[in-house]
Amino acid sequence: MSTSEKTRIVGTAVPRKEGVDKLLGRARYLDDIEREGMWHGATVRSAIPRGLIRAIGFDRRIDWSEFTVVTVADIPGRNHIQLINADQPVLADGMVNHCEEAIVLLAHADKHKLREAVDAVNVEYEPLKPVLTIEESERQDTIVWGADNVLKSFLLEKGDVDAAWAEAAHILEGEYRTGAQEHLYIENNGVIAERNEESGITVWGSLQCPYYVHKSLLAVLDLQEDKVRVIQTETGGAFGGKEDYPSTLASHAALLAMKSGHVVKMTYDRMEDLAATTKRHPSRVRHKTALDGDGKLLAMDIEVATDGGAYTTLSSTVLSRATLHSPGPYVCPNVRVSSKAWATNTVPYGAFRGFGAPQAIFAVERHMDEIAAVIGMDPVELRRRNFLHDGDTTATEQVMREPVILDKLLDRALAESDYYERRKRFAQENPTSSVKRGLGIAAFYHGAGFTGSGERYLNSLAGIDVTPDGKVRVLVANTEFGQGTNTILSQIAAESIGIEYDDVEMAPVDTNVVPNSGPTVASRTTMVVGKLIERASLQLVGILRVRAGLKGDFTRKEFFAACERLRDQDGEVVSLCRYEAPEGIFWDDQMYRGEAYPAFAWSVQVAQVAVDMTTYSAEVEEFWSVQEVGRVLHPVLAGGQIEGGIAQGIGYALYEKVVWKDGRMANNQMTNYIMPTAEDVPQIHVFFEEIPCRFGGCGAKGIGELPHDGPAPAILNGIRDAIGVGFNAIPLLPEDLFAQLATQELKAEVAAL
Amino acid sequence: MSERLIPSNPSISFVVNGEKRTVNAPGMKRLLDVLREDLHLTGTKEGCGEGECGSCSVRMNGELVNSCLVPALQAEGATIETVEGLGEAGALHPIQKAFLECGGAQCGICTPGMLMATAQLLAVNPHPTIGEIREGLAGNLCRCTGFKRIFDSVIAVAAGEMNAEMEHGTGGAHAG
Repeated sequence: MSTSEKTRIVGTAVPRKEGVDKLLGRARYLDDIEREGMWHGATVRSAIPRGLIRAIGFDRRIDWSEFTVVTVADIPGRNHIQLINADQPVLADGMVNHCEEAIVLLAHADKHKLREAVDAVNVEYEPLKPVLTIEESERQDTIVWGADNVLKSFLLEKGDVDAAWAEAAHILEGEYRTGAQEHLYIENNGVIAERNEESGITVWGSLQCPYYVHKSLLAVLDLQEDKVRVIQTETGGAFGGKEDYPSTLASHAALLAMKSGHVVKMTYDRMEDLAATTKRHPSRVRHKTALDGDGKLLAMDIEVATDGGAYTTLSSTVLSRATLHSPGPYVCPNVRVSSKAWATNTVPYGAFRGFGAPQAIFAVERHMDEIAAVIGMDPVELRRRNFLHDGDTTATEQVMREPVILDKLLDRALAESDYYERRKRFAQENPTSSVKRGLGIAAFYHGAGFTGSGERYLNSLAGIDVTPDGKVRVLVANTEFGQGTNTILSQIAAESIGIEYDDVEMAPVDTNVVPNSGPTVASRTTMVVGKLIERASLQLVGILRVRAGLKGDFTRKEFFAACERLRDQDGEVVSLCRYEAPEGIFWDDQMYRGEAYPAFAWSVQVAQVAVDMTTYSAEVEEFWSVQEVGRVLHPVLAGGQIEGGIAQGIGYALYEKVVWKDGRMANNQMTNYIMPTAEDVPQIHVFFEEIPCRFGGCGAKGIGELPHDGPAPAILNGIRDAIGVGFNAIPLLPEDLFAQLATQELKAEVAAL
Repeated sequence: MSERLIPSNPSISFVVNGEKRTVNAPGMKRLLDVLREDLHLTGTKEGCGEGECGSCSVRMNGELVNSCLVPALQAEGATIETVEGLGEAGALHPIQKAFLECGGAQCGICTPGMLMATAQLLAVNPHPTIGEIREGLAGNLCRCTGFKRIFDSVIAVAAGEMNAEMEHGTGGAHAG
């Protein structure tokens, strides 16, 4: 469809496809599924962060003949989860590299007998010195991964950074840190595995990427492609947390099912899920920036370090996205980003909404405010002077060919938040109040779709078919976990064909039924897969016109009648399309240069923050978010994505702290890992500027990750505005605020002596 | 059989969604598990198992409880309402209708508990302020929505909007 066309279904708030099932409580999540004679699985995990396994003993108080016990010796294929590198074992083989690493698997018919049995497996270790932080890993005196502890590194260079310092009016340096963040989907990880002599292994799971799981199971079980089947069940939240981990859990359940001959269910309780599964990568980003006398950027020298944990998982692509987002939405002639993901002996970090961008954007957007303070410029003005515009090039020399409307987004954010009036009011009120208020801004982009050549490599296939009972079915491996995949893709198909929303349904996400349309990650589903559904829909209409007599402006009845005529000829009505890279989009993997993303989503956010100087607690009182995400396909779902992402971003900034003790998460409970509640989330105002994007399904760009990128820097900038002190690390809990302020006061007192 | 030394599963009777039910279960079995395993009412979900997230919220004798913290014996003689008793296909309860229309449910896993918390809130306070809504739902965690559209849903029910058919497009974000 042309991007300016009027739409009937796209842009309206049709009911969520699976909404009624969810509201009636009849949607079937993994743990709601019971099978006759089903067994339950459990995992014996490493108690230490690093060491050799000397012996595994089975206490005699347990009648082990009742159990199925799986060790590394029972793995028929490769002992590696298949992600980017094959370095993560399914079960530890003689050595453990992080706490909670799986060592032995147990299954029993009675799930209540498993806990005692897990405790009765005695693993004897010879502990080795662990590496637990980025700094310890960087020292390289203890090597825990490869030759140098470096999981991945990138060097991005534009212009000549070193030559720029001499001509600079200002040179400013800063260091910014972010902590781990837990996804805290309300449904924990879970799978069911069933073995069948003829059909092989079938796995049902709460998961994002069925074909990732499929790939790992093929390798781990050494089975032919048609002997592995993966089916997604209703998924109660994911946020990236069910991108890579289900490959591990599915492998475990499948091994138990293969050995026991029983259907095996494995579900984690909250404590196990928090302790053993992935989280957002902690980061440390250093900026050194040169500006001229007008506040224009001359050079940005950026060093990104992330903690990747014990194995590679997705750390290299997370690092790539962090690298590409680290210079922010600004024009700068000279940029150097040197980035490294470091191995440590912690649970591997994985995908989480934003995928490296929130860490990088926290740093650059905090840094901009520190620069503004030092050179005495309004942080709004500093951003405005350096914003990217149409025709400018990014750090990777990507030319901005699509409209870039950062100025407009900024103006709207300032107007909607009444920014200058409020700041004036706070400046008057703060001196006499123990609660100090401030406003903070963050401006940013989020690249939609896989980074660089990713979409070319994925080579996704997706489409539609028409069932004999007159429904168009969307055939994708992309999963619904709350974001609205089912609804959005159905809207695109209905709109593109010219039928009703209710004429479209989703095919089950079952690798025996749907093609590999790629993973449900990277804000790619609506934009990239949506475009495939749009093309497949138009392609079907074209075929029906040529081969089945569909004419002119057809009715839905005429469409389905034509489908039946096509079925008479072909036996089926199917239309599939494969990804084609948009022309002019090319990425050079070797040089790390080119079109990093086919499209960017843009946003400016404003946070109003109140800091209580008696309790040292910072609170977000109101929040504004203006964004350009292409065409908004569904106003309710789009608004929900933005608000939900902001709430997680507020948690990331002020509430959610993973407490580590000797390499283990010490607060692996909802009681002490705190996310924002209904009482903590402020009033959030969401505004869209719509510019349909020609590369996206019905003009949409990616939306899901964008809103999580801005809240942390906006909030900490707001705190700086309120109390005049810049904080450079998150999460910032009251005790952290207190510690830094108390130290500063002490220093000031000492200096005054 | 040493288990037999422990008193065997007592018979426990209560009313669930208007229907009298009797189960034989260990007295300390969690009400959550009785509902899900013995009565196959799987609409009620487990999120944390320690009363923090509210996914397992049900109404018991007119109070909102976390069913993961209620021993089965305590339910003896009680009147319990779960999501399954709220509405049905083709006849959604106004609260369910509001959550559907306003975008109050995304992944859906917190939804049954959130619906029961909303039912409790509105039963006690049919016209809550935004502050009372926040407080009333503070024990129910939602990781998807940021709560705004849940508040919108509650407000819509309280305003009586769900008694009539809502038009598509209400509750949407401002489009510019």
